[in-house]
Parts: sequence; structure tokens; C-alpha cells
Amino acid sequence: MMSQTSPQEVEYNLKVVRQFSIMTIIWGIVGMTVGVLIAAQLIWPELNFNTPWLTYSRLRPLHTNAVIFAFGTSALFATSYYVVQKTCKVRLFSDNLAAFTFWGWQAVIIAAVITLPMGLTSSKEYAELEWPIDILIAVTWIAYVIVFFGTLVKRKTSHIYVANWFYGAFIITIAVLHISNSMAVPVSFGKSYSIYSGAVDAMMQWWYGHNAVGFLLTAGFLGMMYYFVPKQAERPVYSYRLSVVHFWGLISLYIWAGPHHLHYTALPDWTQNLGMVMSVVLFVPSWGGMINGIMTLSGAWHKLKTDPILRFLIVSLSFYGMSTFEGPMMAIKSVNALSHYTDWTIGHVHSGALGWVAMITIGALYHLIPRLYGQTQIHSLRLVNIHFWLHTIGVVLYIVAMWISGVMQGLMWRAVNTDGTLTYSFVEGVQASYPFWFVRFVGGLFIVAGMLLMAYNCYKTIRAEKQLTATDNAAQSA
Amino acid sequence: MSSFWSAWIIVLTLGTLIGLIWLLRWNMSNYTDVPEGEEMDHDFDGIVEINNPLPTWWTYLFWVCLAWAFVYLALYPGLGNFKGLLGWSSSNQQVRSLEESQQAVQAAREDGDIVQYDREIRRAQEEFGPIFQAFAQQPIKDLIKDEQALKIGQRLYLQNCAQCHGSNAMGGKGFPNLTDDDWLYGGSPEDIKVSLLEGRRGNMPSWNEQFNEQQISELATYVLSLSGRKVDTEMAKAGEQNFAVCAACHGQDGKGNQSLGAPNLTDNIWLYGGSQAAVEETLREGRFGVMPAWKDILGEDKIHIISAYVYSLSNESEEE
Repeated sequence: MMSQTSPQEVEYNLKVVRQFSIMTIIWGIVGMTVGVLIAAQLIWPELNFNTPWLTYSRLRPLHTNAVIFAFGTSALFATSYYVVQKTCKVRLFSDNLAAFTFWGWQAVIIAAVITLPMGLTSSKEYAELEWPIDILIAVTWIAYVIVFFGTLVKRKTSHIYVANWFYGAFIITIAVLHISNSMAVPVSFGKSYSIYSGAVDAMMQWWYGHNAVGFLLTAGFLGMMYYFVPKQAERPVYSYRLSVVHFWGLISLYIWAGPHHLHYTALPDWTQNLGMVMSVVLFVPSWGGMINGIMTLSGAWHKLKTDPILRFLIVSLSFYGMSTFEGPMMAIKSVNALSHYTDWTIGHVHSGALGWVAMITIGALYHLIPRLYGQTQIHSLRLVNIHFWLHTIGVVLYIVAMWISGVMQGLMWRAVNTDGTLTYSFVEGVQASYPFWFVRFVGGLFIVAGMLLMAYNCYKTIRAEKQLTATDNAAQSA
Repeated sequence: MSSFWSAWIIVLTLGTLIGLIWLLRWNMSNYTDVPEGEEMDHDFDGIVEINNPLPTWWTYLFWVCLAWAFVYLALYPGLGNFKGLLGWSSSNQQVRSLEESQQAVQAAREDGDIVQYDREIRRAQEEFGPIFQAFAQQPIKDLIKDEQALKIGQRLYLQNCAQCHGSNAMGGKGFPNLTDDDWLYGGSPEDIKVSLLEGRRGNMPSWNEQFNEQQISELATYVLSLSGRKVDTEMAKAGEQNFAVCAACHGQDGKGNQSLGAPNLTDNIWLYGGSQAAVEETLREGRFGVMPAWKDILGEDKIHIISAYVYSLSNESEEE
């Protein structure tokens, strides 16, 4: 299946891909463990040990930053650098800049790990990091833009593969969003004030916040999907034209969706409604990606029986389809009136984050790690299979618990007596949620256990005797 | 919003939606030079793409959603300043004061209640208002014998007051206990109701300018001695010398003054803590307690019922 355009071997930069891949696993374990700890704190508040650094309020942003920006984004760096080289048949634009993005990004994460528990925060959700770190993010990201697009420019192929459209859209949009939303006036090294205020500030924040989901956690990972699903399944992508429609549909609609986080607030009606309309239409192009991924398997369904890596990839697409149906539904104002501020939102986010993002990443890494380290196969497929079931059970426990507690909270908050007074006080809703929070905590344990298994499996793969040189292997797997 | 920005929004919105229609139509035809169902003529690291048509059911779904988007934006606000054919709005978002709000509610009512929030409030008032009104006409001392009134009062309390005073109404640091017989502003039904309606501002000045640390320490010791606490009598005596300034509000005997909201210092009940250190902090930094006014939030009828509930916490109905 070698391409006709480039018969000679290309020396790819796999070092940076290896570095980011390893850090993806490590940060995944860290971020998810913090998640389990704060899930436990909701049930047993004593687990903050009366220490300010260990309080829920400081660890929660650490958890979100660690899983989105340390785990998820490291995975995007790793796979985008790999995919853009392999599909463009050319080495990365600049090794030095690529190395800079690795060390710059790790510095950002270390800074987050230090400053968030210290309580330094801009208070913007998913953009909590203070201005000096924001500047480092911006500089690192611009280097990323240069490396990625520089590589695209010097490609040896006539066309640009669809995976790179998605990676490219994600990289540019995140640069724009991060810089726009983080604009602030510093008052000291650890404190700044946003240049926006009131409803405009809220709108900027959720324009950023939702597109962190839309571009980073969706478009970026669709890029990953478009390479690793056909690779692992060894099947052609189902429909080229479907990828055209759903790419342009997805990116032109996602950017409007932010206001659905601000339904029934001081945001003007027209803004809320536009956010809702675009979010609902977005459902269709979102599903385009799922169809294209799952249908890529047509004629090879039997592989799901024997290949747990492919199972990770395909099940991630089912979760993707589920959460991209759920999301537009929750964006409808009357549904949102029930779901907003409840655990339903948390369940929705995690069906996306654990079901879609984590599973596609895990599948991609199981495909990638042997190829990066001169192996033909992961150390143990049996362990991959166990990981698959641990993860799947964990996700299902998590999201089902949150669905039930979320809908229950929403119904309890709106229950009204015959005299017009509310039936339940807030704390009664909290009390009723405890059993579900416990189930969520158990789900989290399953997921972290799976990640530890993955770390062991990958360690054994890396330390095994080399069967091929990495470059040989990279060329051969093509 | 100026008409420029309104037009900007309309152009962007319709441009996006019409662009999507074009995109969908364009890709429903085979514009490539590859027959449908065959592989495209590019290969990326071994990955090829098939030129399959869009799934028909999926294109229908897209058309339906797009059509719905146009209908919704015709009926409801969304396209810039265009208010939508139904004239609906969620609330009177532009108001900046209670007066403006009342005017807006009136105006919307004359227009047939097109503002959803106003409409829902009005419905609730029509349905539940008479229930509260009936209770509001009875004296509070009678209401505390009425189980139903107390139940409503408790629910209103839990929704609106428990955040500060606690769901058991025992208060906390800075928030008075409502179940004891100690009242900052009076515990008669009328006094309680005034506290709820108009709110209260407790103001203990700070004394760190007038007194040095030693004097503050002595004063605090004397204050503690007033409630019979065992203290260093020397210190207390020295503190008494300066108590005259405190007596202005708390009285010569330290028993407080309800018309000023000055606490009784002799009953060993402490709003901000009764340790030597806490009393010293109160003297040094001063205290500023705020009870919000609920008149415009809950209305007088509901406040009457909550007052009865609060009154009942320290006054058993049998005692009447």
C-alpha cells in the first residue's frame, strides 16, 4: 500500500511524538487520579485534610486543566505531529520549534500544577491560569501553529488529508480563543483582571469555553480519528464527500454554540437563541464524523471481536455520537432549564471526555506506542482487552450515575407545593445525590485502574527488545 | 444595539445557514471525477477514501434542522434587532431599577403579557397569592398556632433565610441564632417583621485608633467579665475605665440597646465569638452586620408568614 509519490524513505521526527505520547499517559493518570480524589471529597469532605491546597475548590480546576490540557492536548500534540508527517510524507518543519512546543507545554502544565493548588486563578473556567502562564501558552501555541502549518506547506503529497484539516482548524481556533479570552490587565505577578466585564465577559468566557470543547476536544480528536481508525481497521475511509460537508459544517457551527452555557442569564435573548439554534443544527455535522468513522469499518466488523484496540476506537465513536446528540438537546432552552447546574452537565461532559476523548486517545496510543519504539505489537493484547472493559464499565457507571442524579436534582429544584413554595431545599438535593456520587467515584476508580494497566503495558512494550528500528518501522507500517 | 451591528449579526447568521445549504447541495452531487463508490485518487500513508454518497437519511436530517433554524429565527429573537414574529422575550432585560421594572411589567401587560418572566410571575401570583394573602391578614400570634402557616413559613425560610441563619435557624458566626431569646433588634412579632421587611445594618466601630493593644485587651477582659466569665480582675478593672465609650451604645450596664441593634454584652451570647481573641478582634476591627431588606424580593404577605415562623422558634404557642 505504499504511495506512489515518495518511494524514498523519509526520516520522520519521532522523538517529539514519543515524548508527548509518554506524557499523555503520565498526565492522564495524574489528572484522572485528581478527579477520583475530588469525587471522593464530595462524599467525604474530610479528605481535604483541612489543607487549603487539597480543597475541592483548588483541585477541581487542577483536574480539568490536567485532563484537558495535559492529557488531552499532549495526545493531540503527539498524534498531530505523527499524522502530519506521515500523511504529508515529510519531516516536521522544525525540530527545534517542535522541541520548544514540548518543553514549553510541559512548563505550562507544571506551572498549573503549582499555581492552581496555591489558589492563584483568573476564575475563568478552563482558563484559570494567570497571565504569565497565559503568555507562555500563547507563545508555545504559536510555535505549534508554525510547526504544523510549516509541515503542511512543505508536504510531498498533492492534497491535504482530512485528518490535517481537523488538526489545523483546532490549532488555529484555539490560538484565537485563548488569546481573546485571556486578555487581562495584570496587577501583580499572580493576579490580573479580565479586560471584559459583565455579560460581555460571560459571553467571551463561554465563546472560549465551549470551543475548548468544540475545537480542542472535538475537532482535534476527529483529526486523530481520521488517521487511526482507518489505519487500525485497515479499511478505506467511508466517504470523502461526507468528510467535506461535516468538516465545514462542524467548524462553521461550533463557533456559535457558546451562548447555550448562558441560557436564562443576563445575556440578551437574541444571543441565547442564536446559540441554541446553531447548537441544534450542529447535531447533524457532528454525526457526520461518527458515521464516517463507524462506516469505515464496513466489511471489517469481525475485527472488533479480535482487536481490542479497534474496539477502543469504535466505542469512542459511539460515545461521540451519544454526546453530540445529548449536547444539542441540552442546548434547547426548555431542556436546559432542567439540566443546567445539575450533575447532568457533568455526566454529559464526561461521556464526551471519558467516552470519546479518552477512548480514542487510548486506542490511538496502543496503535502508536509499538510503532514509535520499534515493535510490531503492543506487549499484551490481553491487558488491552482488560483495560477496554475496565474503562467501559467505568464510563458507564459514571455517566449513568450522573444522568440519574442530574435529572433528579433538576426535578427536585423545580418541585412546587400546592401553596407555590418549593418542595425541597437545596441541601435535600445534595443529600439525595450521595448514592450517585458514590457510584461515580467507583466508576472513576475503574478508569484509573485501567490507565495504570496501560502504563504498565506500554512500559513493557517500550522496554522489550527492539524488533525494528523506529524509522524502519514507521516506513513499514505505511 | 446599533443598526450596523444588528445588520452584521443578521448577515453572519444567514450567511452561515445559507452557506450550509449550499455546502450540502454541492456535496449531494458527485463533483469529483471519480465514480461513486470508488476510491479517490489520493493516498495518505496507505489511507484511501471512497467517494461514497452522503447517507440519504442524514441529508434529510440536515434539511429538517436547517428548515427549523429559519422558522425559529423568524418567530423568536435572534437576528440582531429583529424581535421575531411572536414578539416574545424572556424578561425585561433592559431595566436598571425597580421603578423601570414596574413600568416595563405594566407596559408588557398592556401588550398582552409577551414577556415570559412577567407572565409566569403573574400566573404564580394569581394562583398562590390568595393563599399567602389569607394568612397575612391574621396576627402573627395566631399564625403560630396554625400548622399549615408554619409549614409554609418554614419552607420559605429554608429557601431564603437558611443560607445565612442555617437550616436549623441556629445561625453561625456573624449570623444571629433565631431560636433563642436574645434579640438584637427586638423579638416581638412586629420587630421581627420590620427586620425582614427593611433589613438591618449592624455597625460596631473599630477602636484601634483610640486605644492601644493593652487597652483593647483590658476592655475585652472587662466585657467578658460582664457575663460572669472568670477573668483577670486587674485587667478587667483597667478596662472598665474606658468602658464609657462603649456604654454610649451598649448601655452603662452593658445590656445593649435594641433600638440601635447594640448587643447585650451580659448574656454570654456572642455573634462573632466569645473568646478573648475574638472580642479583641471585634474591638480592634469593628463589625458590620448586614441583614438584607426582603420587602421587594418576597413581598409583604410572605414576609408576614416567615415572621410567624421565626417568632414560633422561640415562642411556643402554648405559652400564649
